[in-house]
Amino acid sequence: MIESLRALKSSGRFTAINSLVPYAQFIGLEVELNATGVISVLRNLRSNIGNTHIPAVHGGVVGAALEHAAIIELCYVLELDSMPRVINVSIDFLRPVLAQDLYLQGEIVRHGRRIANMRTTAWQDDPAKLVATAHANFKLAD
Amino acid sequence: MRVAYRAELVGNPETGVVHGGVITTLLDSVCGLAVFSSFTQMRPVATLDLRIDYLKPATPGLDIRAEAKLDKMTRTVAFVSGYAYHDDVAKPVARASASFMLDSVGFKPTTSEQSSHSESTTGGATR
Repeated sequence: MIESLRALKSSGRFTAINSLVPYAQFIGLEVELNATGVISVLRNLRSNIGNTHIPAVHGGVVGAALEHAAIIELCYVLELDSMPRVINVSIDFLRPVLAQDLYLQGEIVRHGRRIANMRTTAWQDDPAKLVATAHANFKLAD
Repeated sequence: MRVAYRAELVGNPETGVVHGGVITTLLDSVCGLAVFSSFTQMRPVATLDLRIDYLKPATPGLDIRAEAKLDKMTRTVAFVSGYAYHDDVAKPVARASASFMLDSVGFKPTTSEQSSHSESTTGGATR
């Protein structure tokens, strides 16, 4: 997979990274490039709804997207020999995550050779109104 | 609660291990269920925060089960802990610690016009 990832990066097709990850496709995650780097988008899929009354996206799916956005950022910024492995994640739910697209930005707080500490933020209409945040640690190498 | 292994749930195609998000979703659900199961009548609940430690990689091909325990309930907040495992809860693949806001009023947008500009601060309720 790392070979495929390197091929995507070297050919300028990094945004196709989620085609390598079955679960990312399953919940409708995509990657977009912008002026400052990459952002992840969780598409509004009916199958992601956890609360049908509001309706709102399932908190676990939001957590999954936050975690995945951190992995995307690591893969984009660093030249890795293997996929980062999640050690732990702590998610804060700030607002209802409504049935519309969700945008996620991962940020490296600090990384060494073995561990990366990440923070991810998520918003819908307004980037100034965060709907969820997470911080997480990843193992970069065994 | 149990999730069956499926190819769509894989997060690392090199190893076949499910995505951490699958376990996150399972533990969020079972922790919420622990809160609901303590009620005698239905009340709205919103997840405030959820922390998960991935203790070891899940084994590809095996179902993942989860259970949760309500540790403490106050008038406004419920505190829950849970574990995800294959066959033996004493050998967990992940552990969770979560808190839930009870009677999350201001968190019931009902009209289709409702947007995320809502001033609600009561959390990303999921159920």
